Amino acid sequence: MNSPRTRRRMTNIVMFAITGACTLGAVSVLFFILGYLLWQGGHALNLDFFTKLPAPVGETGGGFANAILGSAKLLVLASLIGIPIGFLGGVYLAEFGGTTPAFVVRYTTDLLNGVPSIVMGIFAYRIVVVTMGHFSTLAGGIALGVMMIPIAVRSTEEFLRAVPNTLREGALALGATKWRAVATVVIPAALPGIITGILLALARVAGETAPLLFTAFGNLFWSPGWNQPTASLPDTIFKYAIAPYEDWHQQAWAAGLVLLTLVLVVNIAARFILRRQRRDLRG
Amino acid sequence: MKINVGRVNFYYGKQQALYDVSTRIRQQAVTALIGPSGCGKSTFLRSLNRMNDLIPGARLEGKVELDGEDIYSDEMDVIHLRRRVGMIFQRSNPFPMSVYDNVAYGVRVNKLARKRLEVDEIVEKTLRAAALWEEVKDRLHRSAMSLSGGQQQRLCIARALAVEPEVLLMDEPASALDPISTAKIEELIYNLKQSYTIVVVTHNMQQAARISDETGFFLNGRLVEFNETKRIFTAPAVRETEDYITGRFG
Ligand SMILES: Nc1ncnc2c1ncn2[C@@H]1O[C@H](COP(=O)(O)OP(=O)(O)O)[C@@H](O)[C@H]1O
Ligand SMILES: [Mg+2]
Repeated sequence: MNSPRTRRRMTNIVMFAITGACTLGAVSVLFFILGYLLWQGGHALNLDFFTKLPAPVGETGGGFANAILGSAKLLVLASLIGIPIGFLGGVYLAEFGGTTPAFVVRYTTDLLNGVPSIVMGIFAYRIVVVTMGHFSTLAGGIALGVMMIPIAVRSTEEFLRAVPNTLREGALALGATKWRAVATVVIPAALPGIITGILLALARVAGETAPLLFTAFGNLFWSPGWNQPTASLPDTIFKYAIAPYEDWHQQAWAAGLVLLTLVLVVNIAARFILRRQRRDLRG
Repeated sequence: MKINVGRVNFYYGKQQALYDVSTRIRQQAVTALIGPSGCGKSTFLRSLNRMNDLIPGARLEGKVELDGEDIYSDEMDVIHLRRRVGMIFQRSNPFPMSVYDNVAYGVRVNKLARKRLEVDEIVEKTLRAAALWEEVKDRLHRSAMSLSGGQQQRLCIARALAVEPEVLLMDEPASALDPISTAKIEELIYNLKQSYTIVVVTHNMQQAARISDETGFFLNGRLVEFNETKRIFTAPAVRETEDYITGRFG
C-alpha cells in the first residue's frame, strides 16, 4: 500500500478527479449562462426587438433598434481609432523597435491594458465630454477605441513575431528594403492572425459597459450623427435590468442574448480565419 | 577572382566566430565550404552579402571585396549588394504567395521589369534555369506552399536567379531534402556555375567532392585549408583536414 507505485497511482487518480471536476465546473457555468439566456431572452426576442424604439414607460412591447445601431456606430468609431494605431504600434514593436524604446512602449501598452474600463471612461469623460459640453457617440467611440489599442498592439506584435525569420531574410536577400520586406512578406504572412486578434479586441470592447455610462450615456430615441448621447446594447441591458418592470427584464435578457451571440460569432469567425491560415502555411 | 576576403575577424557581441580568415573565391566556379557544425561556415557565408548586418551586436573586422570593391565601405549600397550576391537558405523559405509571385518578387522590388509580359518572360526563364518549369507551369498561380520540399528549394533558387545576381551563396541547400531532390539540386548547381559564382556550404563530403571546384575547410572559426577540391580530397596539406574528410572526427 505504501509502495511508491501505489502512491503515484493514487496521486494520479486524485489529480485527475480534481482537474476533471474543475473543468466540468467551468464548462457547465458557460452552458448554464447560455441556456439561461436562451430561456429568458428567447421569448422576448421578436422582429420588433430589432426594428422598434423602446416603448414609453407603462406601455409594453417596443424594441432596441436604437441600441443596436448605437452599438454598431460606437464599434465603427472604436475601430477607426483602435485598429490603425494598434496595428501600426504592433508592427513597430515587432519589426522596427530597437531594444529600449520597444521595451518602454511594450510596458506602457501592458499597463494600458490593465487600466480598469471605468477609469478609461472617466478619462474619455474628462477629455471629450467635458470639453464638448455633452455626452456623445463620439465620446463613447473614443473610450472604446482607446481600450482596443493595447489589445490590438500586443496581438499584432505577437503574430508578427511568430513569422519565421527566414522569410524576412529571404526578402532582404533579394534586395528588398526593411520596410518593403515587412509590408510585402511579413505582414501578409501574419495577416490572418492579425485580423483574428483585432476581431477579438473588437468583441472584447463590444460588451464594455462602464466606459459608456458617462460618455455615450444612453438614449431612448435615435441618435442621429455622432454628437448626441446614444443608446448601446450593454448600457441598455444595464438600465433595463435594474428597472422595476418585469417586461423590461425580459428585454434585457433578450439584448444580452443578442450581444453574446454577436461576440460568439465574431470569436468563432476569428478562430476559423486562424485555422485556415495555419493550413495554408503548411501547404 | 570574384571575391577577395582579407583577414576577416567576426564577432557576435563579445564572442568571436571567425579568426583571421583570408581567401579568394573564383569566378564561375563552385566553392564548397566544409567543416563540423558551429565552426563558422554560415557566419562566413553571410558576411559575403552582409546578411549578418541584421544581427544586433554583430561586427566584422577586415576586408571583403567584390570585384575589387570593399563591400563594407560606407559607399556600398547594401540593397544593391544583396541583389548582386543572392542567397539560398538551408530551409527553403518560399513567401506565402503564388509560385509566380515568389519568382517575380525580386524583379518587382528591384524594378527590373515593369510590363506584365516582361515579368512573365523572366519568371519562365528562371523557372527553366532552376529546372522547375515543367513541374509548375500549370500551377503558377497556386500557393508556393503547395509544392514539395525539393520543389520549394528550387523555387527559392529560381527566385534568387530572377534578380540576375553574379554570386549565389547557398547554406546547406539540400540538407533538408530527400536523395532524389538532393541530386536535382546538385545537378542544378553544376549547371549554374557556367553563369554564376557559387559558394555552397555543405556537411556532406561526397557532395562537396562531386560538385565543387575548390573547397575550404573550416575548424573553430578558422579557415584551416583552402585548395582545389581534387587536392583537398586526395592530398590534404593539413592533418585536421584529413581527419575530417576521412571521418575521424566531426
Ligand atoms: N546569431 C548568432 N548570435 C550569436 N552567436 C551566433 C549566432 N549565429 C551563430 N553563432 C555562433 O557562431 C559560431 C559559428 O556558427 P555558424 O556560423 O552558424 O556555424 P556553422 O554554420 O559552421 O554550423 C557558433 O559558435 C554559433 O554558436
Ligand atoms: Mg550553418
